Amino acid sequence: MSEAVIHEEHHDHHPTGIKRWLFTTNHKDIGTLYLCFSLLMFFVGGAMALVIRAELFEPGLQFVQPQFFNSMTTLHGLVMIFGAIMPGLVGFANWLIPMMIGAPDMALPRMNNWSFWILPFAFTLLLGTLLMPGGGPAGGWTMYPPLMLQTGDAFPFVIFAVHMMGISSVMGAINIIATIFNMRAPGMTFMRLPLFVWTWVITAFLLIAAMPVLAGAVTMLLTDKFFGTSFFNAAGGGDPVMYQHVFWFFGHPEVYIMILPAFGIISQIIPTFSRKPLFGYESMVYATAAIAFLSFFVWAHHMFTVGMPLVGELFFMYSTMLIAVPTGVKVFNWVATMWKGSMTFETPMLFAVAFVVLFTIGGFSGLMLAMAPADFQYQDTYFVVAHFHYVLVTGSAFAMMGGAYYWLPKWTGHMYDETLGKWHFWLSAISVNVLYFPMHFLGLAGMPRRIPDYNVQFTGWNQVATVGGFIFGFSQLLFVYLVIKCIRGGAKATDNVWEGAHGLEWTLPSPPPYHSFTTPPQVTDATAHS
Amino acid sequence: MSVIKTKKSLLGLVSVLGVFFTGSAWADYALNMPRGVTSLSHEVYGLHMLTFWICVVIGLLVFGVMFWSILHHRKSKGAVAAHFHHNTKAELIWTIIPVIILVSMAVPATKVLINMENVGKPDLTIKVTGYQWRWHYDYVDQGFGFFSNLATKSSDISKLDSGKNPDTDPEYLREVDNPLVVPVHEKIRILTTGADVIHSWWVPDLGWKKDAIPGFVNQSWAKIDKPGVYRGQCAELCGKGHAYMPIVVKAVSQDKYQDWVKKKLAEKKQAAAGVNRQWSKDELMKHGEKVFNSICAACHQQNGQGVAGMFPPLAGGHKFSASQEMVSRLKKRGFYKDGKIVLGPVSEHMDIVLNGITGTPMAAFSKQLNDVQIASVITYERNSFGNDTGDVVQPSDIQKAKKASSGK
Repeated sequence: MSEAVIHEEHHDHHPTGIKRWLFTTNHKDIGTLYLCFSLLMFFVGGAMALVIRAELFEPGLQFVQPQFFNSMTTLHGLVMIFGAIMPGLVGFANWLIPMMIGAPDMALPRMNNWSFWILPFAFTLLLGTLLMPGGGPAGGWTMYPPLMLQTGDAFPFVIFAVHMMGISSVMGAINIIATIFNMRAPGMTFMRLPLFVWTWVITAFLLIAAMPVLAGAVTMLLTDKFFGTSFFNAAGGGDPVMYQHVFWFFGHPEVYIMILPAFGIISQIIPTFSRKPLFGYESMVYATAAIAFLSFFVWAHHMFTVGMPLVGELFFMYSTMLIAVPTGVKVFNWVATMWKGSMTFETPMLFAVAFVVLFTIGGFSGLMLAMAPADFQYQDTYFVVAHFHYVLVTGSAFAMMGGAYYWLPKWTGHMYDETLGKWHFWLSAISVNVLYFPMHFLGLAGMPRRIPDYNVQFTGWNQVATVGGFIFGFSQLLFVYLVIKCIRGGAKATDNVWEGAHGLEWTLPSPPPYHSFTTPPQVTDATAHS
Repeated sequence: MSVIKTKKSLLGLVSVLGVFFTGSAWADYALNMPRGVTSLSHEVYGLHMLTFWICVVIGLLVFGVMFWSILHHRKSKGAVAAHFHHNTKAELIWTIIPVIILVSMAVPATKVLINMENVGKPDLTIKVTGYQWRWHYDYVDQGFGFFSNLATKSSDISKLDSGKNPDTDPEYLREVDNPLVVPVHEKIRILTTGADVIHSWWVPDLGWKKDAIPGFVNQSWAKIDKPGVYRGQCAELCGKGHAYMPIVVKAVSQDKYQDWVKKKLAEKKQAAAGVNRQWSKDELMKHGEKVFNSICAACHQQNGQGVAGMFPPLAGGHKFSASQEMVSRLKKRGFYKDGKIVLGPVSEHMDIVLNGITGTPMAAFSKQLNDVQIASVITYERNSFGNDTGDVVQPSDIQKAKKASSGK
């Protein structure tokens, strides 16, 4: 090992300063860029959420006009999905996949650089629309026509921004597939891959299948607006509902693109802190694949109220309910991994446990939403808002938080401040429930989503949610402080960092060398995942 | 420490779930879906509660096991990790049992769904059309229809910086000028469609919502058990006025319903007579102000100043900048010069109100408003907000303009 390190430093010439980050083809640098970008967007999207929550604190309009409010909900969705969660998970993939499979770097390093550097331009374009005449896009992140076609000058910029995000994602996915299929260390068979890598194999294929569908849908919007086509214009013989079908054919796989890698992260954390191998590794892999496969047959449950034939409604109701089976298997496996373990509760484990509980609550409301007749009541209300924030915030975002704490010592070479980490966790875990749990009640009581103003009957829970929202938002500043502190210094991290950690990334020094594995390690059953 | 906190918050959660059944004491902190007033809404409520309790039981079991394990299998208590990593029997059981539970949920759900789709043999058919931002109700068999707009009391309060307190109006954003009136105990078929963008017609007490989509006509039905006023609102994002298009359904006895229908038909006759006479300027101005405030002020504002960048002012001489698309269309019609709004010719003004401006949010009102309303609102616009053209537009002018534009 030490020989390899010396050899390593010999080759270690790379530009410094801004050029290092602009021209880097290194998987760790690019991973860092992705993660920092994701965090930045998390705060941009979060600031928009706080505008929304502030306006909804009381009935009546206090701060913003309805049109601007609608731009906030629209951009909050686009920024959080395409700017925070997806790049965040790609950041984890970049940092970890080469280290986990015993490779020196990603398979296509230049493309890696490009797929990241497209993003800042895409989001500048998207956020810049707020300054245009007519304001930013206000038709919802789903961009349904005909409403979306009423957008002002912002319209083409939004479409091109979405195209760029799509290109970035597809390139990232190709890179991940090429890396995992070609660069595994000797002995690293597919069934020895760490679960995080497995979830990314499957997610990458989902990305390649789904993103071009979104690109197609928004391109048709573009030609409807500017080139006289009538894909979605009923007066011209088109079909506005067709857009929703095409959009959600992308949109549902997209949901799993955002959650499968999070499942992967949780499946790394729980065994480590239970000091016990992951329960049901194989069934985890098959369940992930089953969820991904089913994701292509459930899209219309996002649009039960458009008026489908009975047979269609029944098909999509049954297929959606079926997803509960593999998802349940995953939850049971995590619980079984903890069972009879020897658990400790450092911050990553706390986030993982919160993930299991809160994601499952999101799963329960998902099951309720799957029931088509009941969905006719739930659809487009705050009940849906509560549901998808439970799976995306306390699901994906919590998994990323947990993952960040888990691998920060490996990435920086320093232990993070455990006390601060616990503060961050407890503040987040409590406030996030104060924020989202009341939204179930609001939706059931009849409050639609995407409204800037409401009847006095909804005031109580809205105020509770707003208080929770502000505490949750500001608690995240603690995380930024903690990360900066950890990069700057702290107790030296060992190679293994955690007592129960298994896998190739923990055999490297902390921080790892610039080119992860220059000599591929030999993987056997004993040294494989767990 | 952490475990005690977790347990406490879990207990809190359970107690919150427990009060689901408590009633009106929680009016301001309502927790659950209303039971509703139709047979369908009762079935949906039952299904909702069934699924909810199944989820609660599964949740208590799974989280119970997990938290028991978290309490007992911790290193600080000297727990030594076991090394098992799979158990085919257990894995089979927790695959098969959920399938059985799901089937037991799917059976009642299927029954309710089939019942909901059974729209045949209605006693009464009402066509609901969603507009930006109001509803139109057509009594198809009786041959009359009307618009239902947000009540002016709500719209006055709702403006940013209105200085008025929404708490003073218990029906804030839930009251309309013309409610939908229906008889109880009759099967009402409701057809939904959209005029401009997609809307969604939702009254929670009826048990469902249905999208109102341009080019589509969706069918649903309701049979209301007891007389009363049931409120709802648009549920699909439809632009800046999405929060401001409430729905009020007034369910009355068969007798009262028949009286109401007679009254509506008489009103229709009266309105038709108004088209053929000359109106005085005062009459037009007075009528026009009403129409303007309930329809046009949503975008152009009550003072005619519009919204910068989005909705042009109607007051001549005001500066306005917006997208190239909008500015060029305004210019072409003679309403824009040197960065300012100017008052263009009457003929163009009538054309804009009747047919809208494609490529902008300006909608066509020829089918939304009658000739008297259009004539009076144009007269009002050309003689208010500092405009003083003195122009008077008669309903007969509108009829002529309509004929001319249909001839084009």
